[in-house]
Amino acid sequence: MMISLHEQARYWIDRLHAAAAKLSRPVQFMEVCGTHTVSAFRCGLHSVIPENVKLLSGPGCPVCVTSQGQIDQLIALASQESLTLCTYGDMLRVTGSDGSSLEKARSRGASVKVIYSAMDAVKCAQATPGRQVVFIAVGFETTTPATAVAIQAAHRLGLKNFSAFISHKLVLPAMRALLRSDDVRIDGFLAPGHVSVIIGAEAYRRIVKRYQKPCVVVGFEDVQMAQGLALLTEMVNESRMEIVNLYPQAVSARGNPRARQLMDDTFQVRPVSWRGLGLLPHSGLALRDRFKAFDACERFGIEAIDVPEPAGCRCGDVITGRCSPAQCALFGHVCTPVNPIGPCMVSSEGTCGAWFKYARGRALPQEVFA
Amino acid sequence: MIRTLNPSAVPHKWDQITLAHGGGGLLTDSLIQQTILPRLGNSALNELLDSAQLTVGDARLAMTIDSYVVQPLFFPGGDIGRLCVSGTVNDLAVSGAKPLGIALSFILGEGLSRSTFDRVLESIQQTAREANVRIVTGDTKVIGHGTEETIFITTAGVGIVQYAQPLHPDRIEPGDVILINGYLADHGLSVMLARELPQVKSVIRSDVAPLNGLVDVILASTNDVVFMRDPTRGGVAGVVADLAQRTNLHITLQEDAIPVRSETLHAADMLGLDPLEVANEGKVIFVVRPHAAASTLEAMKSHPLGKDAAIIGVVEKKPDGLCEIRTSIGGRRILQKPYGEQLPRIC
Repeated sequence: MMISLHEQARYWIDRLHAAAAKLSRPVQFMEVCGTHTVSAFRCGLHSVIPENVKLLSGPGCPVCVTSQGQIDQLIALASQESLTLCTYGDMLRVTGSDGSSLEKARSRGASVKVIYSAMDAVKCAQATPGRQVVFIAVGFETTTPATAVAIQAAHRLGLKNFSAFISHKLVLPAMRALLRSDDVRIDGFLAPGHVSVIIGAEAYRRIVKRYQKPCVVVGFEDVQMAQGLALLTEMVNESRMEIVNLYPQAVSARGNPRARQLMDDTFQVRPVSWRGLGLLPHSGLALRDRFKAFDACERFGIEAIDVPEPAGCRCGDVITGRCSPAQCALFGHVCTPVNPIGPCMVSSEGTCGAWFKYARGRALPQEVFA
Repeated sequence: MIRTLNPSAVPHKWDQITLAHGGGGLLTDSLIQQTILPRLGNSALNELLDSAQLTVGDARLAMTIDSYVVQPLFFPGGDIGRLCVSGTVNDLAVSGAKPLGIALSFILGEGLSRSTFDRVLESIQQTAREANVRIVTGDTKVIGHGTEETIFITTAGVGIVQYAQPLHPDRIEPGDVILINGYLADHGLSVMLARELPQVKSVIRSDVAPLNGLVDVILASTNDVVFMRDPTRGGVAGVVADLAQRTNLHITLQEDAIPVRSETLHAADMLGLDPLEVANEGKVIFVVRPHAAASTLEAMKSHPLGKDAAIIGVVEKKPDGLCEIRTSIGGRRILQKPYGEQLPRIC
C-alpha cells in the first residue's frame, strides 16, 4: 500500500517531537541552502517543529553573501556605455550603498538583461558584436560549472566582447568558518541539496569528523526536510556523528567528478570576502591564467573595494545564524520587500524576505498563529 | 516583542518606472495609489474592481479596459488575440455582466508580417465567436521599427449587469467559501517558458479562455455568489490576500485542495516561483455563502471549464486581514500579495 506524503510527513514530525522530548538541551540546526530556507517557510516547517529545535538559515543564498563592494561595482559597471550586463534574476533588486540597484539602473536606460543560464550571456555577446557583454557569475558549486562551460565556449569562439564578473564561492569553507566562530552554536547541518549534487555527500566527512557535527543531505520536499530534522535530533541524542544522504536520486557519495574537473580546469581557489564572514582564505574562485582575458575586473580595471554594509543592516548576522531577521532594527520598518536595504530582503532565497513573506515578520512563526 | 508588519504600511519610494511596476503586485498598487487615484480618483474608479459600474436609468452597466503586451505573441495554449478577447470578456463576466460589445485598438510595429497579423485576427475572430461577443469598434496605429514583431492590443468592453445581487468584497462574511474552477498557474508558466526557455519542451499549456459561459451557468444556479475575480497578474495570492485585507477578515486556504498540475509545480519549482503568484487567464475565484458551496461546486464541474473545480478555502471571523495557508504537512504560512515582477532564481 502506498503511504501518502501527508502520512510520511506526519510520521517524521512525530519522530522529531519524540526525539526532541529526549534532548538534554535545546539544539540549533542550520540549513545552508537558500532554497531550503524558502522551502521550510513554504511548507510551514517552523510552525510544526518542537520549541527546543531551532532551524537557522545559513550563508546559502548567493546574492546575500556577496560583499557590498562587489554590489556597488556591478551597479557602476551597468551604467557604462555600450555595455550589456547579463545577470540571474536574484541580483536585479539588490541595493547598492547609494540606494541604487541594477533594476533602477535599467529603468534609467542601462542595458541589464536577466538570463537563465551562463551560455545565454555568451549567445548575447555573439549576437551583439559591437557591445561588451559582462556576465555576473555568482553562486556556489551549483552554478560554477555552468560558468566554466560559458568561459570555455567564449575561449573557443575567441570572443573579444565577452567577460565575466567572477563572484563564485565555495560552501565548505563557509561552513567551517561558522563552526570555528564562537558566537553561534550549530548542532548539525541540513546540507545543501543542489551543491551536494556536485561535491558529493562524502564532502562533509571532514566537518563530521573534525567538528563532530552530523550532516544530513536533503532534497527540497517537505517530507525530506522533516525527516532530516528528525534524524539530526536523533543523532544528537545518541552522539552519533554521521553523514546521512536522503537525496540519493540526485546526490551520490562522490558527486559529479566531470563538473568538478571542469571547474578545476577553469578556476583556481582564492581568498574572497563574504558578507557576514569577512575575508575567508580558499573560499572563492578566480579564473585561471589562460582564461584571464575573460575576467571583467581585468578588462574594465575594477579593483576590489571595501565598502561598509548599509548602516544598521544585519544581513551579515542573519546569514550566519547570529540573529533572526526580527532582531534587526531595520527589518519590516525601514527594510521591506518594496524598500529593501539589505540583500536578504530582496533575494528570492533571502532569509529576511522569506520571514517577511511567509510569516509576516513575526519573531517566531508559531507566534503568528497564537 | 511581537511586531505586526503590513507590507503596504511603508510607502514605496520611486521616481522612475521599473518593470516591476507592471507586475500586478504591491508596486502596481503603489503606482495607482500614489499617482493615479489622487488626481483621477472618483467613486467608480476608487473601487479598483475588474469593471467600473455605471448606472443609466434602471440599467447597470459594467465597463472595463486592458492592454496586452505579451511576448511571445504565440505560446502553447493561446496567443495575444485569444488573450485580449478572453481578458476583457472575463473582467465583465466576473462583474456579473453580459458583454454588449468589445472595442479593440492595435499598435503595430513596422515590419510586422501580414501572416502574423492575420493569425492574430483569426484567433480574435474565433475567440469572439466562442464567447458570443462582437467586436464593435476599433483603431489601428503603427510605430517605428523594433527588433521583434510587435503587436500591442488594448481592449475595452461594455456589459450589462444582470445578476440580482451586488458582487462586492464588502458582502464577504465569515463562513463564506472560496472556490476555483481548475488548475492554477498554467498560463504564466506557459508564457514564461516560451519566452525565456524556448529550448525547454513542456506540456504546460495556457488556460486562456473566455469564462462567461461558465459564469452564466453558476449565476443561473444560485443567488448566493457574493464576489468573483479572475486571478490574472499576481495570481491567486494577489486576489485572496487583497480580499483578506479589504474585508479585514482571516482567509484560510488548504494547500492540498488547491489544484496545481504536477508538471506545472515542477516548472515553477525550477524557476523558483510560487504557483499561487503566477498569472491565470482562464480561472475565476468564486466567494459563495456556505450553504451554496456544494451545489456551486457541482454546477462548476458540469461545465467543461470547471471540471477540475475545487473548494480551496474559507473566510474566518478573526479580524486580522491575513490570508493563511494550511500546508500539506499540517504547517501554516501566510500568503501575501507578490511584490512585482516575478524573477527566476539563481539555482
